[in-house]
Amino acid sequence: MSQYLLSTYAVEGGVPGGPSSPEDMQAFMQRVITLEAEMDETDTFVFGGALHGSDAATVVDHADGAVVMTDGPFAESKEHIAGFYIINADDLDAALAWADKVAAATNHAIEVRPFRATGRVADHMPGA
Amino acid sequence: MVERVFREAYGQAVATLVRVFGDITLAEDAVQDAFVIAGDRWVRDGVPPNPAGWIITTARNRAIDVLRRSKRGDELQEQLARSADTLPDEDALDYGPMTDDRLRLIFTCCHPALRSEHQVALTLRLLGGLSVEEVARSFLVSEAAMAKRLVRAKYKIKAANIPYRVPAEADLPERLRSVLSVIYLIYNTGVDDPERAPLRREALRLARSVVEMMPDEPEAAGLLALMLLNESRVPARTSGGDLVLLRDQNRSKWDGEMIDEGHKIVRACIRRDRPGPYQLQAAIQAVHCDADSFEATDWPQIVTLYDHLFSFSPTPVVALNRAVAVGEVDGPEAALGMIDAIGPELDEYHLLHAARATMLRATGERAAARTAFERAVGLATSESDRRFLNRQIDELS
Repeated sequence: MSQYLLSTYAVEGGVPGGPSSPEDMQAFMQRVITLEAEMDETDTFVFGGALHGSDAATVVDHADGAVVMTDGPFAESKEHIAGFYIINADDLDAALAWADKVAAATNHAIEVRPFRATGRVADHMPGA
Repeated sequence: MVERVFREAYGQAVATLVRVFGDITLAEDAVQDAFVIAGDRWVRDGVPPNPAGWIITTARNRAIDVLRRSKRGDELQEQLARSADTLPDEDALDYGPMTDDRLRLIFTCCHPALRSEHQVALTLRLLGGLSVEEVARSFLVSEAAMAKRLVRAKYKIKAANIPYRVPAEADLPERLRSVLSVIYLIYNTGVDDPERAPLRREALRLARSVVEMMPDEPEAAGLLALMLLNESRVPARTSGGDLVLLRDQNRSKWDGEMIDEGHKIVRACIRRDRPGPYQLQAAIQAVHCDADSFEATDWPQIVTLYDHLFSFSPTPVVALNRAVAVGEVDGPEAALGMIDAIGPELDEYHLLHAARATMLRATGERAAARTAFERAVGLATSESDRRFLNRQIDELS
């Protein structure tokens, strides 16, 4: 069993292909609710969420014993992560099949990225 | 002897060890070590009765040594338990050219999550047993760049957990397409370059094993037939290093055995009646190979086949080839109209301008033909194409 991050991005605050009318939004929500129920039934869903825009981000660094804060996201970019799922999947093929379902439900491209490690670092120490 | 066994057994050995140990790099290194050991021992003691089985067993032992030295005890026990389960006895390793392991490996190498140039490099390296240097030379990149490419591809397979198996029925058509296109790309990379001829042989060998492993997939058979029929004409395609057009080829130089085999496959595909792009391209080549002369070619049949092909692959390149065939049936004016209609889409493609030039010359418009040939020369990528096109320009002057 592996874990994967399925993420979607926003371009300058808006999600391309996102719902544009209340009816669209209704249908969009219904598709996502159905999909998430399917994820739950198959023990696929680990966590997920939609993020506020990158305007709401703050970068915190710790240099020379002091906190340094910067308004804005890490990278100057038009595209920022807008939402994500973390899923369990047997292998990449299974993860890609879920990504395809998410892409169909949200009408938006999904990046699939494997986790190198998940959970607490202590869990990965020898003798854990 | 080691060399011959190497070609035949390398991919099989790597594929089996990947299944047993679940790690491509470990498998590759162990198989290479086994061939080095074979190089010494077979000279001294003679070749064992089952050389491929010997390589696999020796590589397996090497891999276990490596694991023992590098892994913690419990992980090793787990690996060994798995390998004892899955690795057959040496006697049972009845080596054949087509096994499930090789099929699994080719589907992993050609996984659509890998970029095309990585798919090709992995396939040649792991299944074809080409050295990194040979793969690099085939694709005109430095050995260091190719080594990096292979490392990245193997990293992704491991990190993303790309599965090592034949895809499920539902995914098979799309996944097989990816495998077939890698094989055809390998073949075409070896076209018109004597230095890279081994790539064509490797592509034929890979296609043959896919057909043997998946006899119910007509497109795999179609690709094999297409490459056989193309390959049959190679001896007549050049003369003193210069390109010879189909029209001018000495057909007695064509390889009759390959044509027979290609025709046989095409007929079987027609009987099966599950057409696809490779089968249709093979059928078109079969019609060409059937004709005793260019004039005797059944051009209406070729146009019909291109129509059918266009319904599967509505690309401007197919439309261009169809237009050229129409030129043989209805004359160059008809072809010119079609070529001009595709023109904007293929403006950077030298063969469009070469075809246009040929049709203009046939209608007597020598100056316009010359201009079009000049445009084609400027866009051509191979030296033999440029030489051929320049000869046409000289003859029009």
